[in-house]
Amino acid sequence: MSLIGENLGYYYHKDRWILKDTNISVAPGEVLGLSGYSGCGKTTLSRILAGYIAPQRGRVTVDDQVMERHTFRPVQLIYQHPEKAINPKWRMRDVLTESYAPSQEILDAFEIREEWLSRWPVELSGGEKQRFCIVRALNPATRYIIADEMTTMLDAITQAKIWHSFLNICKNRDIGVIVVSHETSLLNRICDRIFKVGEQ
Amino acid sequence: MLSIQEEIEVQGVKVGGEFNVRKKMLLWLTISSGFLLIILILSFWLSNDHLRLNATNKNLAPSLGHLFGTDWLGRDMLTRTMKGLRLSLAVGAFASLISVIIATVMGICAATFGKAVDAVISWIIDLFIGMPHLVFMVLICFIAGGGIHGIVLSISLTHWTALARVVRSEVLQIKSAEYIQISRSYGKSPWYIARKHIMPAIFPQIMIGFLLMFPHVILHEAALTFLGFGLSPQTPAIGIILSEAMSHISTGKWWLVVFPGLLLVVVVKCFDSIGEQLRILLEPASSNE
Repeated sequence: MSLIGENLGYYYHKDRWILKDTNISVAPGEVLGLSGYSGCGKTTLSRILAGYIAPQRGRVTVDDQVMERHTFRPVQLIYQHPEKAINPKWRMRDVLTESYAPSQEILDAFEIREEWLSRWPVELSGGEKQRFCIVRALNPATRYIIADEMTTMLDAITQAKIWHSFLNICKNRDIGVIVVSHETSLLNRICDRIFKVGEQ
Repeated sequence: MLSIQEEIEVQGVKVGGEFNVRKKMLLWLTISSGFLLIILILSFWLSNDHLRLNATNKNLAPSLGHLFGTDWLGRDMLTRTMKGLRLSLAVGAFASLISVIIATVMGICAATFGKAVDAVISWIIDLFIGMPHLVFMVLICFIAGGGIHGIVLSISLTHWTALARVVRSEVLQIKSAEYIQISRSYGKSPWYIARKHIMPAIFPQIMIGFLLMFPHVILHEAALTFLGFGLSPQTPAIGIILSEAMSHISTGKWWLVVFPGLLLVVVVKCFDSIGEQLRILLEPASSNE
């Protein structure tokens, strides 16, 4: 019962492997940190684990099953840039409910105000938009969440608040979390285990 | 203290100003649609009796009885112009609509169904663009047997190519957007993504394409008619009015050209204005101003 990547290998140009023989696993409720230098393949690995791209070698299993297409993926990826991850032509309410209808409790946990729901994405700041992206990923069917530099653009206080509510909900629902970040202090603070990409 | 107060005042003025922008746009929208509506009502209200030949009222300059004057057969030009505009608008709207539908379907198919389909559609587009426009239209119009059928068919079959290219490149660009990948990760179907993500993104392009096609279609209708492949001479079409008036303008009968021509320009401009205001009102960046 874990999100497991076995012997993953991936390249963009033939025979220049970004990832090779990478083994990674996260158990439900566990918080795993991914660290490494820029360009070492952290984001590529996240995209493979979340099913956005297929690895050239190896395979990804979620609770002993291969992910199916055309159904809700139990592994959700939260992107670094919320402005790219949200359709600029949709009102925020539609952005939120594309995934599911979140309860007031979750909205309150991330301090999303009622009046933001009727606004366009351009009328909210990056941090405000990112909260929507986080809530969106917390679908009842989500088993694992990969947070790729999720709070990099926020100030320290907001960052702490968001991680607090986010990890709380994940612990309660037994969701496995992979945290991708450059900040070692953040990783040391919140992760049970740290996985270094590109050093094996 | 003073600066804060000043700031509040400035903001107040700014908010008031933006509100007026929205009001002004709505006003323009109303005026443009109202004008088109008046033309439409007039074209139905004016009696066909004014189109009878009348030897006593030949070549009258504009007056209260005949606002737009009369032509060399004594027909009332106001009635002819209104009825002509109605026909031109109907033909224009219909042909543009068909053309836009063909362009959208072709463009989306080329962008979504892989390389083979893309190659075939791009080849068809090149083929249509490569052929001389007017010759191609005359050919189709001739095959279809002339008349309104022929005009609509020939215009809609030849005008879709440019817009199809625009739609294709738009869809190609938006297809790989992160929010569409995320939508896929929610298990949304391709149909859902096409309807909810892709269509709203290309809609402005389609609307602009539709509006830009309008004058083209009306002018081509006139051209085909002028060449004798289109409508019959007694039909009050704006193209026929203008081409007939061509031979009379040198004898000083300016009203035969000026009023119908001016109204045609104003009508086209009205459509343009409606499209533009709607675009601004619907666009997220400007809709709440």
